[in-house]
Amino acid sequence: MKTVKVLGPGCPKCQETYKVVTEAVAESGAQAQVEKVSDFAEIAKLGVFTTPAVVVDGQIKVVGKVPSKKEVLAWLA
Amino acid sequence: MTDPKTIGCACATTAPMPAAKPSAGLARLLGLGLAGLAAWYALYSQLLAFSKYLAFDLAGLTPGSHLGEAVQFFVYDTPKVLMLLVLVVFGVGLLRSFITVDWTRRFLAGKRESAGNVLAALLGVVTPFCSCSAVPLFIGFVTAGVPLGVTFSFLISAPMVNEIALVMLYGLLGWKIAALYFATGIAVAIVAGWTIGRLKMEKHIEGWVLDIRAGEAALPGGRPTIADRLRFGFEAVRDIVGRVWLYVVLGIAVGAGIHGYVPEGFLAGIMGKGAWWAVPVSVLIGVPMYTNAAGIIPIIDALLGKGAALGTVLAFMMSVIALSFPEMVILRKVLKPRLIAVFVGVVAAGILLVGYLFNAIV
Repeated sequence: MKTVKVLGPGCPKCQETYKVVTEAVAESGAQAQVEKVSDFAEIAKLGVFTTPAVVVDGQIKVVGKVPSKKEVLAWLA
Repeated sequence: MTDPKTIGCACATTAPMPAAKPSAGLARLLGLGLAGLAAWYALYSQLLAFSKYLAFDLAGLTPGSHLGEAVQFFVYDTPKVLMLLVLVVFGVGLLRSFITVDWTRRFLAGKRESAGNVLAALLGVVTPFCSCSAVPLFIGFVTAGVPLGVTFSFLISAPMVNEIALVMLYGLLGWKIAALYFATGIAVAIVAGWTIGRLKMEKHIEGWVLDIRAGEAALPGGRPTIADRLRFGFEAVRDIVGRVWLYVVLGIAVGAGIHGYVPEGFLAGIMGKGAWWAVPVSVLIGVPMYTNAAGIIPIIDALLGKGAALGTVLAFMMSVIALSFPEMVILRKVLKPRLIAVFVGVVAAGILLVGYLFNAIV
């Protein structure tokens, strides 16, 4: 079971990221829990200063851009 | 102007990620790039002749007529600005693969004020930034030990002086005005940031920000290769030009309308040099308005052509781009109202000075 966190305060790019991630999770059939993190304090604690960002099992995968679905699928595998 | 909700992001993509799959090789990318550059130049040099052919020969409009002038303005300036934009965004994209926000933050953390203000204002131009990232970035800077005034220098210059604004100014108004805008924008960012630093307003940052022990995250990926960086440049073009082209076209269309139909000198009375109150009124109107540089500059261009004074117009443009209501709402999460008020006040004062200065000397 993987935990995927999508970090972002709710700007259009962050929503796009969330969409890409949930779609990728559904597509891959992987056991993963997707979580939105919009609290700035929490985002900063994770060490991220540019949003959107995606964290998979505590590991930062992408910062400051919307990942492609292909990228997300690779992280889930 | 633009719907505040679309403030979302003038943000560029950041940190280049090593490609997930080994696709296009370096040689192919370089070849593609060079061929693209040659084609770019060939096309660009033909634009003026082509626009005249299109407007006057093909469409049969009369040179000098209202419609003819408006149409020719539109079919010349639209492709010109878009082509310049593609080239510069690509170049800046390459540059940005070296200068990430994280790098900037570490770099500025060790700097004193003054020198720090100058460096922050300059880095604000090339570091990828978007207003929705303003808060995390603010936290990142402050918790890394970047002085408050230096952080503000960055926050002011990042949206105001950017490659899109500079390209549009260069393409539509020439290099002198682009250079003036660059220099004065940086100066406002330096002086305003320095002033905020002198005012010792650290206690007006929301308390929770200072309590954060920001994590030091291991960022993904190793050193990007040249192919990664080139790919990053291409992505930046797709991303940024894909987002702003519509504003450019709409802006130029409005500009073309003004260019063709508003009589010469029409604005000289309202926005000309003689009207001392024009500068503050422009700033007052500009602050609550928000649009990006791509949308406002073609309009600025047309206003200038009709007798508006340069200083007044520059002040208007700076206040539209640099100070926006949605950004203040976002910043309220980390700043207490008084600091926000000081921020707006100091920046607006700087812009006023720029406006009067240019009206006086140009």
